[in-house]
Amino acid sequence: MSNAATTAPAPAAPPPVEKIRIKVDGRDVEVPKLLPNWQGKLEPTTMLQAIQIAGGEVPHYCYHPKLPVAGNCRMCLVEFGTPMIGPDRKPVLNEDGSPKIAKSVLPYEPSTPRGAIACATPISPGMELYPNSPATKQMREAVLESLLINHPLDCPICDQAGECKLQEYSVQHGQATSRFVEAKVHKPKAVDLGPRIVLDDERCVLCTRCIRFSKDIAGDDALGIVNRGSYNTIAAWKEGAFDNNYTLNTVDLCPVGALTSKDFRFKMRVWFLKETKSVCTSCGTGCNITVGSREGAIHRYEPRENDAVNGPWMCDAGRLNYKWVAREDRLKDVLIRGAKAGWNTALKEISAKLAAAPQGSVALIASARQTTEELFLLGKLARKLGALTDSVPRLGEGDRLLVNVDKNPNMNGAWLTGVAAVPAAGGRLGLIAEAIRSGQVRTLIVFGEDVTKCGIGTDLLAKLETLIVSDILPSATTATATYLLPGCAHAEKRGTFVNAKGRVQKFMKAVEPKGDARAEWEFLHELVHNVTGQNGFSTIEGLFNQMAAEVPAFSGLEWAKLGDTGVTVQI
Amino acid sequence: MSTKVVDRAPLTFYERTYLPAILGGIKVTSKHLFNTLVKGKAVTMEYPEQKWVVPAGYRGAPYLVKDQDGATKCVSCQLCEFVCPPKAIKITPPGPEGQPADRANAEKMPREFEINMLRCIFCGFCQEVCPEEAIFLQKDYSLTGQSREEMIYNKEKLLKLGGTHAGIQKWKHKLEEAKEQETFPVPTP
Repeated sequence: MSNAATTAPAPAAPPPVEKIRIKVDGRDVEVPKLLPNWQGKLEPTTMLQAIQIAGGEVPHYCYHPKLPVAGNCRMCLVEFGTPMIGPDRKPVLNEDGSPKIAKSVLPYEPSTPRGAIACATPISPGMELYPNSPATKQMREAVLESLLINHPLDCPICDQAGECKLQEYSVQHGQATSRFVEAKVHKPKAVDLGPRIVLDDERCVLCTRCIRFSKDIAGDDALGIVNRGSYNTIAAWKEGAFDNNYTLNTVDLCPVGALTSKDFRFKMRVWFLKETKSVCTSCGTGCNITVGSREGAIHRYEPRENDAVNGPWMCDAGRLNYKWVAREDRLKDVLIRGAKAGWNTALKEISAKLAAAPQGSVALIASARQTTEELFLLGKLARKLGALTDSVPRLGEGDRLLVNVDKNPNMNGAWLTGVAAVPAAGGRLGLIAEAIRSGQVRTLIVFGEDVTKCGIGTDLLAKLETLIVSDILPSATTATATYLLPGCAHAEKRGTFVNAKGRVQKFMKAVEPKGDARAEWEFLHELVHNVTGQNGFSTIEGLFNQMAAEVPAFSGLEWAKLGDTGVTVQI
Repeated sequence: MSTKVVDRAPLTFYERTYLPAILGGIKVTSKHLFNTLVKGKAVTMEYPEQKWVVPAGYRGAPYLVKDQDGATKCVSCQLCEFVCPPKAIKITPPGPEGQPADRANAEKMPREFEINMLRCIFCGFCQEVCPEEAIFLQKDYSLTGQSREEMIYNKEKLLKLGGTHAGIQKWKHKLEEAKEQETFPVPTP
């Protein structure tokens, strides 16, 4: 979200990068002199970045690659040395001709090594870093001990347990027992910070990631630190006032269990969650997400880093928009004129009807919430039947960060596959309504939309001979359907969406569909085969590759080439 | 590897009548008959009228325990569910709208806690892993029921069977410590 990262691929030939030679743990490493900072601007490479390039790891709490550097947790302290310079301003050499290194020590106590915080210290030529030296290890141990002094150690009731940096670093760098025998400082627990956030002050390590995120990324300077010394606490400027649309990112950012989500509070231990790579469907941005599910129930969405789309963030509205998948009134049965039926019977009858339908007597209203593959199949069907097609526009409010004005996750997919009206989706809905009224259209196919809300009322639907509807949740349209085919939510099938900027992104199946519901592309494949006689694939991969071969915008794409973060196409 | 063939001495005529083996057997049987009928020293037990008293440290069925104030000790951390080898434990966490915990500062307790005693192998991992001293393997070894459903013990049943175990009283001490700090300046002893 920062800077220009949301735009298309990187320029073809980057200018040559100036490099610096340093030593990490005695190994020669060449690292770029400048690296992008949290805003993407080039800044001198820090010790932490250099060690990461060298393949090492520096434990840290307050540092985050997408936030301004604060340097207050001290966890990333690393012992280092710089080449010694003589009085003549020339490097002092060892007997073997190598430059003499002056290790950084305390000025008043030269026998004690003095570390530097790796997250904020730039490297210089010839510098030597010792991220695994005994002195560095001792510094880490001491910092961790100090951070744990007032920590309540209530991991059994903490939602962060399992993905907590304090837990991880205690295992890696900490001590087995506590030497602290005094009473711990008790701070407020379960503080209401905002409508979606709970704060536990005792667990906080005061890294200020949440403060920096709110101020510098979300642009809502709502958080700060109050009180003094060991009574330091994070607070919102007014109780419950931390309520912007990006607050839940602070829960991901919080390295400990201080900030937790009210929605996910005490819901499931994180180690039980199956993580599935997916894409958010709440707007045209198409933020990359990880779906956390267990035993067929979705428990949470989390943003998945993709610098070309959402960076590591996502909005609260999108993150909490998962509960409809588990709604009780989900459509679960195939219905023929309101009576329960099997898939085979329904598909056979529909195929026969469509195959016999005269050209132009069928209209098709698709949804830009469907996957590109499904829209492609619907497009094929429509071309064979000479059908009028369109999709339903869904515009809302956007913002300067991630929320797009288009609330359809796949509007571009609907345009590229030729299903939606150009230039504005919904432009042909009036035509379709008129054609139904005049009796020219006898069969209407509706996917995932309630057409009664967009100009085709129940009176018009009653005039139809056949109304074929596929949807996930019941609506006035599904109630009047001749054939009702229960479909799947995006978390229950695989497919791709094309976001508002033309990025083709695939998503994976997290949970099983409810009842008899089937992924739309599966039964559409059958219908298209029965009606047009075309076939050529049996999997979603095959379907995508076939679509890539037939739709010009997707030419050259392959399912496997999309990767986890997608590919941008010309729109 | 070479094998050594051991000589088997052929049975003598006396041995081939099987009389020595039969007599030996009768001797053992009559010894036990005498011990049981005359001396009254039975090797077996008249189960189920007579119940076996298990030794100390016996690992029987796992039950939930309550703390000294009768509050549920389990905080629904689900470590036992995670560690359980036969997957006998199923915990329903309270979720955001769940019932508040019995002990206010423990914040959390399970909405439902089920152990399928047909699956449980009495291994004791749950007791070992529990950070709250909330589940203990107790002395019950013979669990019976009329149906499979009946053998899934719920939270209420487990707490009733488990009894009370005060333990280190972590949450009580935390509360006391926090209360002491509410007065400022902190009173010095």
